[in-house]
Amino acid sequence: MSKNQLSGAQILLKALNDQGVDVIFGYPGGAVLPIYDELFKQNKIKHILVRQEGGAVHAAEGYARSTGKVGVVLVTSGPGATNAVTGLLDAMMDSIPLVCICGQVPTHLIGNDAFQEADTTGITRPCTKHNYLAKDIDILARQIHEAFLVAKSGRPGPVVIDLPKDVMMAQGDYISSAKVIHKSYRPQIKGDISKIEEAVKVIAGAKKPIIYAGGGVINSGPQASQLLNQLVQMTDFPCTLTLMGLGALPASDKHFLGMLGMHGTYEANMAMHDCDVMLCVGARFDDRVTGRTDAFSPNSTKIHIDIDPSSINKTINVDIGIVGDVGHVLEDMIKVWKSGQNRCDEKSIKSWWKTINKWRERKSLSYDKDATVIKPQYAIERLYELSKKHNEVYITTEVGQHQMWAAQHFHFEHPNRWMTSGGLGTMGYGLPAAIGVQLAHPKALVVDIAGEASILMNMQEMSTLVQHNLPVKVFILNNECMGMVKQWQELLHGGRCAESYMQALPDFVKLAEAYGGVGLRATKKEQLDSVIGEMIASDRPVIADIAVDPKENCFPMIPSGAAHNEILFSAADKLGAEVSEDGMVMV
Amino acid sequence: MVTQIADIENAHTMCVLVDNEPGVLARVIGLFAGRGYNIESLTVAEVNIVDNLSRINIVTSGTPMVIEQIKAQLERLVPVHRVSDLTVEGPHVKREVALVKVHSSGEKRVESLRIADIFRARTVDSTNVSFVFEIVGDTGKLDAFINLMVPLGLIDVSRTGVAAIARGVTVLEHE
Repeated sequence: MSKNQLSGAQILLKALNDQGVDVIFGYPGGAVLPIYDELFKQNKIKHILVRQEGGAVHAAEGYARSTGKVGVVLVTSGPGATNAVTGLLDAMMDSIPLVCICGQVPTHLIGNDAFQEADTTGITRPCTKHNYLAKDIDILARQIHEAFLVAKSGRPGPVVIDLPKDVMMAQGDYISSAKVIHKSYRPQIKGDISKIEEAVKVIAGAKKPIIYAGGGVINSGPQASQLLNQLVQMTDFPCTLTLMGLGALPASDKHFLGMLGMHGTYEANMAMHDCDVMLCVGARFDDRVTGRTDAFSPNSTKIHIDIDPSSINKTINVDIGIVGDVGHVLEDMIKVWKSGQNRCDEKSIKSWWKTINKWRERKSLSYDKDATVIKPQYAIERLYELSKKHNEVYITTEVGQHQMWAAQHFHFEHPNRWMTSGGLGTMGYGLPAAIGVQLAHPKALVVDIAGEASILMNMQEMSTLVQHNLPVKVFILNNECMGMVKQWQELLHGGRCAESYMQALPDFVKLAEAYGGVGLRATKKEQLDSVIGEMIASDRPVIADIAVDPKENCFPMIPSGAAHNEILFSAADKLGAEVSEDGMVMV
Repeated sequence: MVTQIADIENAHTMCVLVDNEPGVLARVIGLFAGRGYNIESLTVAEVNIVDNLSRINIVTSGTPMVIEQIKAQLERLVPVHRVSDLTVEGPHVKREVALVKVHSSGEKRVESLRIADIFRARTVDSTNVSFVFEIVGDTGKLDAFINLMVPLGLIDVSRTGVAAIARGVTVLEHE
């Protein structure tokens, strides 16, 4: 044994240092104790102890999404790993770079149903981008470096390293990341220039174009958002963003039509439906966006830029598919555009804007501003207005009506400021995600816009906030029901609201105090501003319990299985026809 | 109703070059199961000891859109070096081996031997009441042979699944 050899646990920490990791989120247990022992002996990497492993993964997601770096998780074997599964799939669906290190029982016990044993690589195979069972100390360092490479490059995603305890304690050699070249993994970064030229031609000829951009723009880095902005200004094209893409184009930009999809604006969805050229940039034609696929944007030539070849022609057939990183492709596209002295059909674009502005006048996000009760939309508008003076504002959400209202009424001028569970729709995401965001941005105002049902799914993480002095603000739109479930039951199930009422809710003010945070409450409209003000001013974790109108539903809405032009504006709008059976089975 | 080309399901033979590492077959099979794709036949074996590579041959079926998706999904797997859709890429050879057991006597026993001869099947085991034939060929030939053996006392079949390779000098390369 050479003198330079290290234990597996030491190799892990050295590799994490090499990768520039400054914080990991985790929870100890028997199978990871050698790693915790090494963590104890050093000061470079900060460990954030969560209260349940699911929280660790969401926290790492929040960290990753707000910084663009890889989030790192450390959990023990068996239940530690299985508790992490939901977060891993969440990161998979939303393309978030994570490395999750799971302890495992020693190699000679694997397969013996040992205490706290789980087939972690088997369980996580379909919900990770890749995973490793690290049985060999000699290639451990290589595997860790590979895991970071796979997690952050190409279409980002979560990678699991399942590390048996005996390998943590075995001795082996370290190799640095510079020496690791992956054998097979080669994501395509640059787009095919001939296809880009073809796309530019189509764009130049467009009469009713739309740019539909998504999370791929955010994932590509801030530069990609600037390029998108440049393209929009250059062409004067309207642009809509997906839930994942909010912030990629400043919400205040006049070309921004708002979010599209099931709860998107009328103008965004109508423009998608009626356009003649659609430029999809880093989005994936998700079912929340397309509605009924056979009625989706029937008369358009579609161009799709995506780093993941499997996203192209998956649900919607496109005319030009460009595989590559959004930033690189947009850069080339702008170059080609400029070099060819391309000009848009200004007259047609102008008349297209006229049509769009008519749709805008419909004011699809309007609500009853004169109501005496607190409308949830109003609460978010006030939160937005009152948080404006803060330099850096980051918003996380849980999942449900409040999430959609936040997406509609909170406006994002920059990328990486909006963290929400889009693909998987994980209730309980927002509070732990806010932990990761606040850690990465200690001076920022970090607000978890929550519902009273979702927040209870990971409420225990309040304890983490208090332990680590993280002044996250939890802004609960409390309507005393699972709003989105109830909304669907009202729309599609004859108003039979089975199990969607939250009975025996806790007193959130007392609950905040019990954890050692600050509890605030607004039940009347006139209390709202002062409660928000007090919440923002506090340097401690706060729960603000806002009693909102329980009758309010989230509109506009494209019912499941309907087309973009079959949008509902309010509860008073009757469904055009009975929702078909095909529609009823959709979620 | 006119069937559109986009709706027609065709069988495709795909070859996948992968790192020969634990779990890689589970990834491929899990992908097919998880996304609801068909597997009609699947074979796997190490083909390159120096670089530690295995080749997986898959016969699958689907509409053109599904086939394109299967290829893209396979390419997305991290230990996959290359995916080739032989059906799309050009002329290729497909072979399968079957071991076919027949239990019979008298005229049926003689007839089974005669048919085996026609199909150039080899007799690899024999007792007074049984034969095991080894037959090599494409899937259609094997199907025909096995069907003919049914009335002649067929009692057991073991098939390898399809191994496939492109004709000419084209190879399934890795970097």
